[in-house]
Amino acid sequence: MSDHAHALETSTGLDSRKLAIWTFIGSECMFFATLISNYLVNKGRSLVGPFAHEPWTDPATGKVLEPIIEIPLVTVGTALLLFSSLFVVLALYGAQKGNRKMLLGWLAATLLCGMFFVGMQVYEFTHFVHKGLTLQRNMFGASFFILTGFHGTHVTIGVIWLATMFYLALRRKLPPERSLNLEMAALYWHFVDVVWIVIFPVVYLIR
Amino acid sequence: MATTALDQRHAPAAAHGEKTGLWSWITTVDHKRIGILYGSTAFFFFLLGGLEALLIRVQLARADNNFIDPDTYNQLFTMHGTTMIFLGIMPLSSMFFNFMIPLLIGARDVAFPRLNAFSYWVFLLGGLFLNASFLFGAAPDTGWYGYANLTSRQFSPGPNVDFWNMGLQILGVASLAAAVNFFVTIVNMRAPGMTMMRMPMFVWMSFITQVLLLLAFPVIAVALILLMFDRFFGTHYFVPAGGGDPLLWQHFFWIFGHPEVYILILPAFGIISEVLPVFSRKPLFGYAAMVFSGVFIAFLGFGVWSHHMFTTGMGPIADTFFSLSTMLIAIPTGVKIFNWMGTMWYGSLQFRTPMYFAVGFIAMFIIGGLSGVMHAPPPADLQQNDTYFIVAHFHYVMFGGSIFGLVAGGYYWWPKMFGRMLDERLGKLHFWLMLIGFNLTFFPMHFVGLNGMPRRTYTYPKELGFEMLNQIETVGSFILGLSFLVFLINIIKTSRLPRNAPADPWNGATLEWTIPSPPQEWNFDKAPSVQGRDPLWELKRLNGGPLPEPPLTSGAGIHLPNPSYWPLISAIGVTSLFVAIMMLPKWGPAGIVVAVALLFFGIYNWLFEKGYSEFRTPSHGGH
Amino acid sequence: MPLGTAAARRHAGALPLLCVLALALAGCSRDQYPQTALLPLSDFARIGDHVQDQTFYWALGVFILVEGALLYSIFRFRGRPDDPEPSQIHGNTTIEIIWTLIPALILAAIAVPTVKGIFETSRTPPDGLKIEVIGHQWWWEFRYPDAGVTTANEMYIPQGRAVEILNNSADVVHSFWPPRFAGKRDVFPGRETRLWWKADSTGLFPGQCAEYCGIQHARMAFHIRSVTPAEFDAWIAHMQTLGPKAPPAPTAAPAGDSLKTASAGAKVQGPQKDTTAAAAPQDPEYAQGEKLFMTKGCMGCHSLQAVKAPKGLIGPNLANVGSRSHIAGGWLKNTDENLERWIREPQAVKKGVLMPNLGITVEESRALRAYLRAHK
Repeated sequence: MSDHAHALETSTGLDSRKLAIWTFIGSECMFFATLISNYLVNKGRSLVGPFAHEPWTDPATGKVLEPIIEIPLVTVGTALLLFSSLFVVLALYGAQKGNRKMLLGWLAATLLCGMFFVGMQVYEFTHFVHKGLTLQRNMFGASFFILTGFHGTHVTIGVIWLATMFYLALRRKLPPERSLNLEMAALYWHFVDVVWIVIFPVVYLIR
Repeated sequence: MATTALDQRHAPAAAHGEKTGLWSWITTVDHKRIGILYGSTAFFFFLLGGLEALLIRVQLARADNNFIDPDTYNQLFTMHGTTMIFLGIMPLSSMFFNFMIPLLIGARDVAFPRLNAFSYWVFLLGGLFLNASFLFGAAPDTGWYGYANLTSRQFSPGPNVDFWNMGLQILGVASLAAAVNFFVTIVNMRAPGMTMMRMPMFVWMSFITQVLLLLAFPVIAVALILLMFDRFFGTHYFVPAGGGDPLLWQHFFWIFGHPEVYILILPAFGIISEVLPVFSRKPLFGYAAMVFSGVFIAFLGFGVWSHHMFTTGMGPIADTFFSLSTMLIAIPTGVKIFNWMGTMWYGSLQFRTPMYFAVGFIAMFIIGGLSGVMHAPPPADLQQNDTYFIVAHFHYVMFGGSIFGLVAGGYYWWPKMFGRMLDERLGKLHFWLMLIGFNLTFFPMHFVGLNGMPRRTYTYPKELGFEMLNQIETVGSFILGLSFLVFLINIIKTSRLPRNAPADPWNGATLEWTIPSPPQEWNFDKAPSVQGRDPLWELKRLNGGPLPEPPLTSGAGIHLPNPSYWPLISAIGVTSLFVAIMMLPKWGPAGIVVAVALLFFGIYNWLFEKGYSEFRTPSHGGH
Repeated sequence: MPLGTAAARRHAGALPLLCVLALALAGCSRDQYPQTALLPLSDFARIGDHVQDQTFYWALGVFILVEGALLYSIFRFRGRPDDPEPSQIHGNTTIEIIWTLIPALILAAIAVPTVKGIFETSRTPPDGLKIEVIGHQWWWEFRYPDAGVTTANEMYIPQGRAVEILNNSADVVHSFWPPRFAGKRDVFPGRETRLWWKADSTGLFPGQCAEYCGIQHARMAFHIRSVTPAEFDAWIAHMQTLGPKAPPAPTAAPAGDSLKTASAGAKVQGPQKDTTAAAAPQDPEYAQGEKLFMTKGCMGCHSLQAVKAPKGLIGPNLANVGSRSHIAGGWLKNTDENLERWIREPQAVKKGVLMPNLGITVEESRALRAYLRAHK
């Protein structure tokens, strides 16, 4: 049975699975809204540094240190994540048209961007810890790590999901009539991207 | 139609038949069976919560009593609240969501039958996990809303709070999965011709409930995660010494908590909106107003949360805002009560058992709603908050409201679910005992609360004068308990009867009464076509009288989803993940790795299950 | 249980009767309910009481009307299964608008005194007597900063003069609730909240913690002793004499290190010689009690001086414990027998309290009681 015939049988004309992923995404928006508001409430309540955008005095050495946020690397990661949303749209187009080369190529590009982003986050986290910012250190650390950490976890799940799609495509198990599965993964990926579009300015840009 | 290999792997519905045996229940994906699983499990937990309440009442019957020591008492009142809300009222509502929504909208099943089964198993495991804490003598003991910083590792060093935290997270997964499922089902699987504004009111109220679940549960999930990090990883979200603020917990909790109380009452609202018209023999008064008031309540429900926090000293601006929004939300609630009464007015009231409970609901909910309005002004609430006056209010809306409504639904839909009619005389005895017992227990609480008795106190000194009213309340609670014994007797007695209830015992208005009692596995032979509200009344009108009893059919050519055990495996995976998180100090990350592996194992097999047919809404001929 | 219309009518009457009965039984006299919120004795409490009254009378009116209509409809529209189908009314826009507007108007009527009350109760008096309330698990510390006096569990206030309460917690969230004088205000660690009132009358009035705060939340009570301004000044003056007079001299080693301290930052005192006693030192029981107070480790958690009392102690200040109406956190009558028992077996009296069983014998408890009784 084709997706087309299936879709006609529903009250909205949309496939139930697509509706489900949108519903789930709506719920997840509240999850991140709560984490973001936790960050906004807490980022200024640190008793000691490191701080995000202000210099701070290390109580151990007495030295004044720079604010801990470093824009360049994160901006590159952000750009790649944004582009990856474009790439996954192109991959989906390839899947819907039965163009296996297009599907595999753009999906690979998406995955590379996603993995780079996760790698960038891991690097940033390690770097921050090295500089003295941990979950336990202060309120900025606690709320920063938990917000970006959960976002990173969501990206990782997205990478695993897309990698599974890639594997299926490789094994020729992603024909046009099954492209909805990729569409659902792509929607989730876009969501993860949109959340980052909010987090990036809130955490990194706005002082 | 051509028989492909895929088709041959789907046994026709007739061959599925109605299987018996434990394995058929473990692997079921049938919404009706899952509904019965929810209902029986929830009823068991409800009785457990009731037992906890009776123990509390025995302890409070005398001043300076030592029937129960303070530590046990604090676990009892915490578990009573947590159980009644998360393991009682919510899954009892789920029983009706599951069994009735597809029938009410003319569908074969829900949108995602395996996800449905998954929700149930996660709920069961979550409830067992939460109660397993008793076995360790460490049941949660910080109240059902677990205020920080009492819940911090410093002031609650034992595992009690962790049981509560992980338990609620597990249950949250169940609720969210179910909410996605029912949201999509209601939006996408209605019978041809059933527009949103022709849906039965129970479906509307359930729909709004799912939206509330989807938006509110993530908030408490985050709050619980933050608490978990404080307790396990040394963060200070709610620890003042590290820069955190216990008040933040209260905000996050109540942003969830207030919508949660609407989650608890809206399904009952929906049930009453089904029962009253049938037993008044006229349509629901003001359908559109009922829909819009429900939507308005849900929307506004996200804007009143700090009325639980008037005593925290937020300042006059915040106090004013939340006080006014709380008063505002009383308006759509009042509208509903008047519309229900408008349904009864000029009707021909048939006082069968469901109608008793429905009218009882209205009477009790009015009281609960009015005491709620009395809390709305902060100057008054400063005296009322955290006293038995509040306990009275919420029991009037949750028991007098939700439970009366759910019981009404029980008596109403029993014949459809089980093919037998519950005994009328025992039903009425149940009602009177419940009404009298309930009021005797909770009405005096208004007085003892305003006269100085705070809540969550394991005892009180004689000189404060609370003893007499407490004794009356205890007597009432045992009468209330007795009423449920009568209900149990009714259930057991009825189960011994032959299964010969008619399809339409009450002269119903909606689609579930067009099919046999209980329905065959596929519900409808053909998708019904709907032209308006109250479709069955319309059909009967066109027919010039009652319809003939629908025959049992073979179900030939009807495809149904195969049973599956992967939802159960995945549910075990989810539960083990939270157990592993709780056991991090002892098991280290290895536990989490194993749990995640099990979860992935379950999910991947579920997604790639061979021989599982994607569920399709039948269009014509049903295949 | 008989069924049928007649029985239903009989039983329908039971419900309002039950309510009236409960009402009659409840009453609200001050002797019956010393901790009642329904008999305000201060300006602050009257504000809340006034708002509550207004809401209550509206609620009562709505209750009678709506429940009355419900009861009426049950009997008026009762039908039989074979009755003809009633008119299939779907709604009535006019009526629905009316019954939406009327509740809105009633709520607006409630909103006006409400907002007024909110702002009135938020205005702390400009020159109130400041009293710091510090919540501890499971007792109340009261400090009078202007007078430099500390006490616990029994708060003296001057009648007719505004008091301003400044709340802080030493551990978890509590709630300070003196119902005769004011609604409650939550007590937080790390943030200060305020309450105020001006007492009309004198007398002894109970209050209680109203935010669940752990195992002995139920036994975290206090009393307010409202006295005439002259009596209040006299009390303050008296308390100001209960301070350290001579520098502390070393005595026998305390058992302080064996005590558990549950709250972070709680301090344990070193050895002190008690110089605050006002009673006759010739009394042998008193002397023995004084010795035991040092050697049994009491000094580790309790201070006997009302002036310059150390902050952050785990246990209540005992400078005037002998004259307090209640002990053990404001709920146990301060009789000799109770005080002795409390000293001997605190865990049996108040399980989970932070005061450990120190293995004190009956005789020792008598001595300690005598010693403490002398501290008035």
